[in-house]
Amino acid sequence: MDKYETHEHDVIVIGAGGAGLRAAIEASAQGATVGLVCKSLLGKAHTVMAEGGIAAAMANVAPEDNWETHFKDTMYGGKMLNNWRMAEIHAKESPDRIRELERWGALFDRTKEGKINQRAFGGHTWKRLCHVGDRTGLELIRTLQDKGIHSGIDVYMECIITDLLKDGDKVVGAFGYWRDTGKFVLFKAKAIILATGGIGKIYQVTSNSWEYTGDGHALAYRAGAELIDMEFIQFHPTGMVWPPSVIGILVTEAVRGEGGILTNSKGERFMEKYDPERMELSTRDVVSRAIYTEVKEGRGTPHGGAYLDISHIGAEYIMKKLPSMYHQFMEFADIDITKGPMEVGPTTHYVMGGVRVNAETGESTVGGLFAAGEVSGGMHGANRLGGNSLSDLLVFGRRAGLGAAEYANQIDSNTLNINNQQIAEHEKEMLAPFSNSNGKNPYTVHQKLQVIMQNYFGVFRIEDKLKQGLKELEALINDSKVLSIEGSRIFNPGWNLSIDLNSLFIVSEAAARCALQREESRGAHSRVDYPESDNKKWNTVNSVISQDGDSMKLVFSPLPEMPDELKSLFSEDQ
Amino acid sequence: MAEAVLRVFRGDSENGETKDYKVPVEEGMVVLDALLYIQANYDGDLAVRWNCKAAKCGSCSTEINGIPKLSCKTRMDSLPRDEPITVYPIKAFPVIKDLVTDVKWNYQKQKEIPPFTPPEDEEMIMYQDDVERSQEFRKCIECFLCQNVCHILRDNNAKESFFGPRYLIKIAELDMHPLDTVDRSELLRNEAGVGFCNITKCCTEVCPENIRITDNAIIPLKERVVDKYFDPINWILSKLKED
Ligand SMILES: Cc1cc2nc3c(=O)[nH]c(=O)nc-3n(C[C@H](O)[C@H](O)[C@H](O)COP(=O)(O)OP(=O)(O)OC[C@H]3O[C@@H](n4cnc5c(N)ncnc54)[C@H](O)[C@@H]3O)c2cc1C
Ligand code: SF4
Ligand code: SF4
Ligand code: FES
Repeated sequence: MDKYETHEHDVIVIGAGGAGLRAAIEASAQGATVGLVCKSLLGKAHTVMAEGGIAAAMANVAPEDNWETHFKDTMYGGKMLNNWRMAEIHAKESPDRIRELERWGALFDRTKEGKINQRAFGGHTWKRLCHVGDRTGLELIRTLQDKGIHSGIDVYMECIITDLLKDGDKVVGAFGYWRDTGKFVLFKAKAIILATGGIGKIYQVTSNSWEYTGDGHALAYRAGAELIDMEFIQFHPTGMVWPPSVIGILVTEAVRGEGGILTNSKGERFMEKYDPERMELSTRDVVSRAIYTEVKEGRGTPHGGAYLDISHIGAEYIMKKLPSMYHQFMEFADIDITKGPMEVGPTTHYVMGGVRVNAETGESTVGGLFAAGEVSGGMHGANRLGGNSLSDLLVFGRRAGLGAAEYANQIDSNTLNINNQQIAEHEKEMLAPFSNSNGKNPYTVHQKLQVIMQNYFGVFRIEDKLKQGLKELEALINDSKVLSIEGSRIFNPGWNLSIDLNSLFIVSEAAARCALQREESRGAHSRVDYPESDNKKWNTVNSVISQDGDSMKLVFSPLPEMPDELKSLFSEDQ
Repeated sequence: MAEAVLRVFRGDSENGETKDYKVPVEEGMVVLDALLYIQANYDGDLAVRWNCKAAKCGSCSTEINGIPKLSCKTRMDSLPRDEPITVYPIKAFPVIKDLVTDVKWNYQKQKEIPPFTPPEDEEMIMYQDDVERSQEFRKCIECFLCQNVCHILRDNNAKESFFGPRYLIKIAELDMHPLDTVDRSELLRNEAGVGFCNITKCCTEVCPENIRITDNAIIPLKERVVDKYFDPINWILSKLKED
């Protein structure tokens, strides 16, 4: 067995995006000793890429706004499949989380009265998104990073967690390796918070980076936790479609929030057909299907998308409110968006599904294991509203930090027994690709996986293809048991990918199984063979994935029942 | 299909040599695409840092044909194709492997800067005009290209006595925040070593976020230090005027 170093903390947070940083800050404020582990350098997590804004009913621009409306918008956006309690907490607490960020140094764009400015976004009744031009995520992560490094947290950068260790039914540690040396490392902990983000890299066309391999989902699954709603994967309607190098890169919804107009190759403003009321500011699931349909029916742009035009609002305003979009198109596509339209199409963006958690504390179904941010499930139901992720990170990051610190308080560190047998086996598996001869190349396997997911589990789904996809997926997983790589353990992306494939396979299979079983269309899950929402059977259940020996189990469990006073908010609308 | 040859540094802090790779060139392709192509098709262990692939995270800094740049923002068609395109790690920091360098020093410097501290219990009312100065510096994506080109760090390796442009703009950002209450001029003058900067503006030239590092941050900071240490009364007056 390879030697490994050991670190011990009350709480280990895996992931240093908005959710992980906010959780670490909170756990540390509660007096816990905290270690924060991330795959990349600090400040480079996905959160840095968020553009359009962060949703909170601050009522700075629209005085009519309040938490009830935000709650309802979120539930409607999620097609009522959301965990109502998470949506309620989120709507109530996000304004405080934003004010707190400001006290930690964030500088949002201002209203004339000197308050935080807010902009319109799809599915939000009022102007609700606090923002900094189109680089809101950078503001958020940098603020949390500054706060975090002065909070006595130990940061372990470029360190990848590959296994959770359990003692009986509770977690006691996380095992992984350093990217720079390839050496193994063990983090002993009383509580572990997963904040690892999403799974976009299972698809070919995605706005997500190499980090989004679903590690947290897979770690939780392998540790015995439940995953819910894995069929709900958000295809953002506006990714770049040309040139090839940038296919999938996000075009922020703020372009539509600021007045951008979608047209097809015939010059028709096609959203009139799909959602005449909300038009371009309809929810993402609707706009994605609309663009997809326009292209499929022969009204697409030369590169297979739709036109999105913002030039009418004037160059000066664009440079102020959407500067990075301007540069993105100028530098990558030679297009001046102050003069003419962009070409856009759907891109895999966000996973609504994730670790099933307790709404109050973020605790999963495994003792001591918590989750927050994109890796957790329930908050967004069948479809997430833009801007609701960044606020989710802060609200539930904080709550998971609190929950984990409290839990850790009750655990005696002498009871953390590490299973060395498990570590030895895991190490052997991880190192196998160095000595295998004639194994598969991990890059090729990954590409094949992406083709399968893209072809069979995309914007529109249908039984035959889902079955075919699942068959091909199973075959690929079977054929890829033996991998080969070259080079040493030092900063070796090929080796890293060979390990990531474990996670990629688990989340792909979960998404595939759930998509096949849900025989209706709801939010981001659109079945051509079941085009309607089935409000008798399917609106009352979550899909629940768990590990059953060597195979994956899928069951359906009833949604938590919403209390009457919240229900009455909806009856007022009818 | 058109082709290009990339001449990439392969090695670690002690040994290394360049290796040539032939890569097909597609429309709009950037250097990072070419590097990822090499990973997937030739050498799976080529070490490269990247995340967003959209010039937003500052991970992919390298030296391309000798010029410090983000590899995800450097179009292949902006580079001459008649000779191999050279790709080296940034020079001011020790190499870990291939194109990846050890930039931890930067994170240590950040820790040494006292954080933003607002007045207690005050409502955070701020006007757009007043936040814009700091907002310019908050665009920084921490690519460390400015740290890499600054001769004080690059050629003289004076990391003991100079924080480098990235952290001077960090101090400027906090200083110009309308509601900050901390005085960092002692730090600026001593540990951060603002006096070492001789305003060559190389940092401003490479900044992918077009932050006017020298004109808008470093020069005002220098003035502040000079005012404070040579004319304390003037400094107090100017502080009062600001409030
Ligand atoms: C281009 C883009 C624009 C967006 N714009 C918006 C927007 O305007 N508004 C909005 O609300 N949402 C937006 N989103 C969505 C939002 O940004 C993300 O959902 C959110 O940032 C996820 O945050 P997180 O903290 O859950 O994870 P991340 O920020 O992705 O962080 C995940 C962390 O986990 C670490 N990690 C993962 N696996 C491991 C492992 N095995 N071991 C150790 N560490 C690990 C990573 O290194 C990283 O530090 C956008 C997303 C994208 C891609
Ligand atoms: S202007 Fe100053 S900080 Fe910038 S590169 Fe020149 S010496 Fe360095
Ligand atoms: S100031 Fe500019 S060059 Fe320096 S680290 Fe920030 S973004 Fe990079
Ligand atoms: S990969 Fe993010 S800046 Fe280049």
